Amino acid sequence: MIRATLRSLLSRKARLLLSALAVTLGVTFVAGASVLGDSLNRSFDRLFAGVYADTDVEVSATPKVGGAGGEQVAATVSLADLDRIRAIDGVASATGLVTADGARLIGSNGKTVPSLGPPRLGGDWTTMESSVRLREGRGPSADNEIAINAALAKAANVKVGDQVGVLTLAPKQTFTLVGIFGYPGGQDSLAGAQMIAFTLPVAQQLLLGEPDVFSSVDVKAADGVSNEALKERIAQALGAGYTVRTGAELADANSADIKEGLAFFGYLLNGFAAVSLFVACFLILNTFSIIVAQRSRELALLRALGANRRQMIGSVLVEAVVVGVVAAILGLALGVGVGALLARVFGEFGAGGLELAPLAVPGSAWISAFSVGIGITVLAALLPAVRASRIPPVAAMREAATPDRPLTTLTASGGVVLALGGVVLGLGLTGHAGGQELGAILGGVLLAFVGAALLTPLVVRPVAGVVGRLFAWSTPGLLGRLNAGRNPRRTAITAAALMVGIALITGINTVITSAKSSITRIADEQAQVDLIVAGDAVSGGMPTFDPAVLDRTAEMAGVTAVTGLYMDVALVNGERTYVGAFSDIAPVQGMFSLRSVAGDITSLVDGQLLVDDETASAAGLTVGSPVTVQLARGEPVRLVVSGIYARSDLVNGYVVPANLVPRFTVALPTNGFIQVQPGFADSVQSEVDSLLRDSPEVSVASRTEYIQRATASADQVVVMVQVLLALAILIAVLGVINTLALSVIERTREIGLLRAVGLGRAQTMRMITVEAVVIAVFGALLGLLVGTGLGAAVVRALKHQGITDLALPWGQMVTYLVLAVVVGVVAAVLPAIRAARINVLRAISYE
Amino acid sequence: MLTTTERAQTAVRARDVWKVYGSGETQVVALRGVSVDLQRGQFTAIMGPSGSGKSTLMHCLAGLDTVSRGTIHLGETPVAGLNDRQLTQLRRDKIGFIFQQFNLLPTLTAGENILLPLTIAGRKPDPDWHATLVATVGLTDRLSHKPSQLSGGQQQRVACARAMIGQPEVIFADEPTGNLDSRSGAEILTLLRQAVDRHHQTIVMVTHDPLAASHADRVLFLADGNLVDELHQPSPDAILATMKTLDVAASGSGR
Repeated sequence: MIRATLRSLLSRKARLLLSALAVTLGVTFVAGASVLGDSLNRSFDRLFAGVYADTDVEVSATPKVGGAGGEQVAATVSLADLDRIRAIDGVASATGLVTADGARLIGSNGKTVPSLGPPRLGGDWTTMESSVRLREGRGPSADNEIAINAALAKAANVKVGDQVGVLTLAPKQTFTLVGIFGYPGGQDSLAGAQMIAFTLPVAQQLLLGEPDVFSSVDVKAADGVSNEALKERIAQALGAGYTVRTGAELADANSADIKEGLAFFGYLLNGFAAVSLFVACFLILNTFSIIVAQRSRELALLRALGANRRQMIGSVLVEAVVVGVVAAILGLALGVGVGALLARVFGEFGAGGLELAPLAVPGSAWISAFSVGIGITVLAALLPAVRASRIPPVAAMREAATPDRPLTTLTASGGVVLALGGVVLGLGLTGHAGGQELGAILGGVLLAFVGAALLTPLVVRPVAGVVGRLFAWSTPGLLGRLNAGRNPRRTAITAAALMVGIALITGINTVITSAKSSITRIADEQAQVDLIVAGDAVSGGMPTFDPAVLDRTAEMAGVTAVTGLYMDVALVNGERTYVGAFSDIAPVQGMFSLRSVAGDITSLVDGQLLVDDETASAAGLTVGSPVTVQLARGEPVRLVVSGIYARSDLVNGYVVPANLVPRFTVALPTNGFIQVQPGFADSVQSEVDSLLRDSPEVSVASRTEYIQRATASADQVVVMVQVLLALAILIAVLGVINTLALSVIERTREIGLLRAVGLGRAQTMRMITVEAVVIAVFGALLGLLVGTGLGAAVVRALKHQGITDLALPWGQMVTYLVLAVVVGVVAAVLPAIRAARINVLRAISYE
Repeated sequence: MLTTTERAQTAVRARDVWKVYGSGETQVVALRGVSVDLQRGQFTAIMGPSGSGKSTLMHCLAGLDTVSRGTIHLGETPVAGLNDRQLTQLRRDKIGFIFQQFNLLPTLTAGENILLPLTIAGRKPDPDWHATLVATVGLTDRLSHKPSQLSGGQQQRVACARAMIGQPEVIFADEPTGNLDSRSGAEILTLLRQAVDRHHQTIVMVTHDPLAASHADRVLFLADGNLVDELHQPSPDAILATMKTLDVAASGSGR
């Protein structure tokens, strides 16, 4: 039995290879993700173990608000704390360090050097000196000097001796670059981080905001005192409010932070893998179904000769296992290559020359490659296998015509699965899935796809009929259209593979287009602002500018109102939340069309607080309620609610008075809003623009320009998603090729007959092409429909997040449809050539 | 040399046709210098034991297979040396086919199947001829049926109508009754006979059934790739008798 199976497998190498290819692509991503993750994780473990090898214990202050994640450190250790630590028994030495995120160097192009994730650190040279390797020049010794790491110097295109600007907690300051340094092992950066070294007082003032404070204290243990014991002693002596960690713990924590960031790549790759494997399932299901149908006489003969059902199922599944093993091996090999390549690319460009740990194929890669490769293939082949076992022995004696089975059961179950998917998706989107929202959304989408795929056979004939009419002006076109509709299941599965990719793109696109449309409308309706000062593309950290710009703008001719917005995270009555402050509260109501609900929202003096109505009712606040606010610096302050405004999409949450801004982590404005008299917009814009020369992270734009810029990044997301899902479409193309190729083989005789009665080669090719195009367009239409549905569901669920409009990406939808035609034509090439080459004589005497 | 009238009377002319498959040890000679003229408006049957080369001869005459040596003319057109496009055109415009396996397109209705050769060529049918044909084959009320809804006999009648719709120079029929019961087979043969008698159609039929061959005007006998005998207006018994001598000759020659 096995031998018979393997023989027949060998005789169909080509078509099984095509199916295996689809699984291979999926396995490649699974294995690639595993190898990449493993390689980078081990590399970073090594890196941080090295960095903290000399650190026994480190002490830092626990942030007052905390958890902002990668924000500038505001909690500091004072000189007095340093003395207390030095006095603890077992401490050999204690050195105060200054290291903080948020030091942005202005490059030779006048822009701050961006970072795609790694921090932009500033620190004091004296404590850094021993751990770095100077490449050029010297360390900073005067307050107007800095040194930077080699990767940053390269990215900023600056050299020793240059005058360079640096943005910190303070607006731009200019320094002389006196040195460039690297790290042990010839690395240009530590895991991609940018590093600017200042003298200690400058570092303290610019990075921590106060003199004579440190971000952390490096403690050396005296002989005979273990790191753990020392840590315990220090923690005990200092009491609450401090974080004490050993070097090993720090290495782990830093490494874990980075790994968390890297995990995103893993999710991304696994996401591709999931989509491609899902699509591959359709392809395999179809291939095995067709093979079983074509072999039905042979299988029936085996049954007639005494093979039992289990043997029949086994014979099909053995084929599936062989295909799966081949796909897993190929996929694993490719995946190791892809993972190694990505790790190298990441190490080189993302992490500034990260020294990679030796390549290894982790056990998880082996396990996932084989379990996924074989599992998916066998799963997809299960249905055809069961069908094979149902072939009655008498079929061996009959013509191999398989009658159309009724679609009732299939359609009914499709409806049920689709409805179920809709419900699960709905629960996930509305947040009723008991904490499993993401799972519910993904599961719901998956179920919806399967349900839609099951429903598809029912609509193949009518839709293929309508679509095909476009091509039915010629006889080959007519024949192609009829062929597309003759086996609804086969056409449906082939089209469904294409549906998945296009539906995902369309769905995401619908959400983004709706969001863009909503943002535009809200801004148009609610923002009565002529000019906006805001950060450019997000380049890590919060872009800020010099508050002096606001004052000078207010003095310009034609300016009627100016206000600046400051943002930070604070604890309000113990709850972490965003708070804002306006440099001038008076024009805010008019600028953002705010409606007053209670109290006065046009003035805000020391001790007062504004809040929106929804936040107020959730927190049980009314005008006159006392509120305790802990900002990033200083002690908690008590404020009284003086006004409540109606929540709008542009302004919401707590607004504190401007006198509290110095207690913010960064006491610089993030946005500026300007109203001008008619006719002054252009002149004011160019004047503000020149004022902003020293604040390269922000620019001034008219309202329309600002909206365009804000929504432009959404377009980039769409492009990225399209590129990513191109893979799913590629697999779907393989599916169309496969189906057509198998159909051509199956219809050899019929094509021979057509050729015998006078169908030319070109006409034969056109017939196959029309069939392919009809299938592809059908799949695209389904995808557009399902995608729009999914997108609309998500948009509805996001209503409260401000996406109130449903806008469809018509332009892209038409593009996808055109793309489907191209896909059909491309997929048809090989099968069409094959059909045209069919030998007429052999075809008609073909058994 | 043939006279002009003789030439006009000849639908298919084969001269010294050889067909050799393979080469060296595995070489098989299917036709050994066959020369034959098939008259216009005649019903010719080709008979012979299995492996006698009768199917090969028909395939070569119909331009489905190339000859190794010799010439074949269909009317005035030399068949040998045509490229695929010219052969396709020849088949489309000058030849009709009827196969043993019916070979209808399952996606088209009976009516559409009948018109298929014309639709492929982009020609309109002559409405009178179409009506006559449909009535003759007795399918008037079944034109909108799919092949799967028709019996074997009905399917073969559709195939006959399809072969005749373009009024080709020659219709080649390959065992047209081979897959049918005797009554349906007789209907098909009557249909072919009528086409010859009433519409002056030229038909060449390959068969191994003496009863079927007895409907023909002329029966050619092939053995071992040679044309060995022929009968005119024969009875089934006469055909059977000739076949028997061929079988004996074939077994006698060591095959």
